[in-house]
Amino acid sequence: MTNVTRFLNSAQVRGWFYQGLVVSAAALTGWYLVSNTLTNLAKRGVATGFDFLGREAGFEIGESLLAYSAADTYLKAFAVGLLNTLAVSAAAVVLASVLGLLVGVGRLSSNWMVGRFATVYVESVRNVPLLLQLIVWYAIIGRLPSPRTAPELLPNLFLSNRGIKYPTLADPGSHTPTLLALAAGIAATVVLVRWARRRRETTGKPFPTLPAAAALVLGLPLAAFLLNGAPLALDAPVREGFDFAGGGTVSPEFTALFIGLSVYTAGFIAEIVRSGILAVPHGQTEAGLALGLKPGQVLRLIILPQALRVIVPPLTSQYLNLTKNSSLAVAIGYPDLVSVSNTSANQTGQVVEAVALMMAVYLVISLAISTYMNWYNRKLSLVTR
Amino acid sequence: MNISLKTIAPAAIAAIAALALPGAARAGATLDGVKQKGYVQCGVNLGLYGFSAPDEKGQWSGIDVDFCRAVSAAVFGSVDKVKYTPLSAQQRLPALQSGEVDLLARNTTRTLSRDTANGLNFAPTNYYDGQAFMVSAKLGLKSAKQLNGATVCVLPGTTTEQNVADYFRANKMNFKPVVIEKNEELHKAFFGGRCDALSSDASQLAAIRAAETSAPNDYVILPEQISKEPLAPAVRQGDEEWTNLVTWVFYAMVQAEEKGIRSDGVDTALSSPDPDVKRLLGVTAGNGKNLGVEETWAYNVIKLVGNYGESFERNLGTGSKLKMARGLNALYTEGGLMYAPPLK
Repeated sequence: MTNVTRFLNSAQVRGWFYQGLVVSAAALTGWYLVSNTLTNLAKRGVATGFDFLGREAGFEIGESLLAYSAADTYLKAFAVGLLNTLAVSAAAVVLASVLGLLVGVGRLSSNWMVGRFATVYVESVRNVPLLLQLIVWYAIIGRLPSPRTAPELLPNLFLSNRGIKYPTLADPGSHTPTLLALAAGIAATVVLVRWARRRRETTGKPFPTLPAAAALVLGLPLAAFLLNGAPLALDAPVREGFDFAGGGTVSPEFTALFIGLSVYTAGFIAEIVRSGILAVPHGQTEAGLALGLKPGQVLRLIILPQALRVIVPPLTSQYLNLTKNSSLAVAIGYPDLVSVSNTSANQTGQVVEAVALMMAVYLVISLAISTYMNWYNRKLSLVTR
Repeated sequence: MNISLKTIAPAAIAAIAALALPGAARAGATLDGVKQKGYVQCGVNLGLYGFSAPDEKGQWSGIDVDFCRAVSAAVFGSVDKVKYTPLSAQQRLPALQSGEVDLLARNTTRTLSRDTANGLNFAPTNYYDGQAFMVSAKLGLKSAKQLNGATVCVLPGTTTEQNVADYFRANKMNFKPVVIEKNEELHKAFFGGRCDALSSDASQLAAIRAAETSAPNDYVILPEQISKEPLAPAVRQGDEEWTNLVTWVFYAMVQAEEKGIRSDGVDTALSSPDPDVKRLLGVTAGNGKNLGVEETWAYNVIKLVGNYGESFERNLGTGSKLKMARGLNALYTEGGLMYAPPLK
C-alpha cells in the first residue's frame, strides 16, 4: 500500500504523467485539425496535394537570380521567390549590422552632435511602422526621372524610376584569372589574420593586418587583371524603347525593400550594441587606457569583444525579424517568396498547400539563422577553465 | 512580425471555417440556412467602382451588388436582407468554399479549374469582360503589339498575371511584371511612371481611369482584349437547389429586359396577356414552387432591383461615371451575348 502511495506521489511519476497528457492532447488536436481540414476540402471537391508544383507556372517574375520564364514549373517559381527573399535579407542583414553598429557606438559618443543624431535616428525609425517606411522609400524612388530623361550619374550608370542601371562585364570568361586571384587573396588573408593573432598572443607584437589584408584582397586580383591584358569590354545600358537594354539592373522594389529593412532594423541593432557596450564595466576602458591603448583600440580590442557576448543573442532575434519582415515585399511589388506563393495559390486555388510551403520555408530559414548564431554565440562565450 | 496575419489569413479562414461547418453541402441546405438566418451573406469586391463599392455612407452599389440584392429580393421580397463580406482576390475562393459566404458576386472569372478543382458552381455570366492594357496617351501607342520590352503593372491573385505572360509569349515579346498586392499602391506605381502599362479587365481599367486620375484623357485603353473574362457569380458545388435559384434570378433579369419590363412598369405588366410574362411574374404559378421560393420571386427582383439593362446602365453605362457601352453585354437581339432560356 505504502509502495503504491509512494509511487503515485512521486514527483517523477506525476511529471511524466502530466507531460504525457499534454503531449498527447497537442498531438490529438493537431491530428484533428489536419484530418478535418482534409476531409472537408475533399467533401467540397477541392483538390489537395503538392502535385501542382510540377505543372507549368505560366506567369513571369519581375527579377530573378535564376534563369526563369513563364514556361518553368511552380517549383522553379518558388525557388526564384525564395532566392529573392534570401538575397534581400542577406544584403539587408549586412547593411543593418554595419549601420546599427555605427549608430549604437555613435549614441555613446562624447560628441554632442553625433550622440543626438544617433538618438533621433533610433527613436524615429523604430517607432514608425515598417510597412509605412517601405511605402515611403518606394514612393521616393518612384519619383526618380523616367528612363528617357534619366541622368547618367557616372559613365554608363543611370538612375531612373526603372531602377539603377549599371554596366556589366561583357565577356565573363575572360575574368576567370581575376576571380581566382581574388579567391586566393581572401584565403591568404584568412591565414594571415590567424597567424598575426597567434603572434600577438605569444609575443605581444602587433602586425599591420588591415593594410596587408587590403593589399592581398585588392592587389592580387588587380595584378592578375593587368597581367591578363586588362580585358574591359563592357555591356553598358543603352536607352531603347520603353527602358534600357543591356547592363544590369537593381530594381526600385529591391532598393526600397533593402533600404527600408536595413534602416529599420539598424535602429534596433543600435540599441542592442549600446546595451552590449554599456554592459562592459567602465573599469575595462580605464584599464585599457592605462595600458597605453588609444580609444579606438580600446573599443575594438577590449570593449567590443566582451560586448559581443551580450549582443549576439538579441542580435539573432533581429536577424530573424528582418528575414521575416522581408515578406512585406508584397506591399511594394518585390517578387519574394510570399509574392510568388500568393500568385501560385491564386492560380491553382491550393491556398492551404502554398501557405504551408511558405511557412515551412520561413521556419527552415529562421532555424538555420538561429543555429548559426547559436554556434557563433557558443564560440564567443566565456570559457571557464 | 507582420508576415503572419497577411500570409496565414486565407488559409486560416479556410481551416477555421472548415472546422466550424462540419456538415457537407446538402442540396437545399444553403437556401434553408439563408431563410433561417434571414439574410444572404454575399461576398463582394473590396471596392471596385461599377461592380461593388461602398459609398461615403457605407451603402454598397454596383452590378454585382445589384445581383446580391436581386437574390435577396427573390428569397425575402426585400433587397435589404443582404450582408456584405468584402473579399480580396485571395480570400474569395476560401470564403465561399468554407461557407463563410452563401454567394460570391465579386467579378470572378469563370474558368474550368475553378468550376472543378476549386469546387465552385457558376451562375450565368453577368458581365462579359476581357483583359486589356492601359497606357499613357503620351506614348502614342496604337496596339498592344507595340509593348515589347515594356514594364507592366499587374495585380496578383487573379488570372491577370498569367494572361499577360501568355499574350507576350504568344507574340514573342518580352516584358517585366511589377506585381503589387494593394490596388492603390499598384495604381500609384502606374500613374507615377514605374510601369509603361497597367493590365486588368477593361471594365476595371475604365473604372480606375474614371476614379483615380484627374485627367482621364491622358490615358488610353489599347484595343486588344487579351483574354476572355466572363465574370460570373458563384456558389458552392453540391447544392443544386441554391445553384438553380441563383441561376434563374439572373435569367429573370435578362428575360425582363427582353420583354421590356422595367422596375417602374412591372405592375402594369402583371396584366399582360403574354404567357411568357405571366409565367415570369408568377401570374401563372409554377416557377416559384420549382425554385423553392414565393411565386412572386421574379416580380420582386424586377420591382426592387430592375431588369439587367437597368442594372447595367445604372452601374456601368450611361448612368454611371464609367460610360461603358453594352458591347457583348447587350441582349442577343441587339448583337450581344445576353440570352435567357425559357422560364417555364
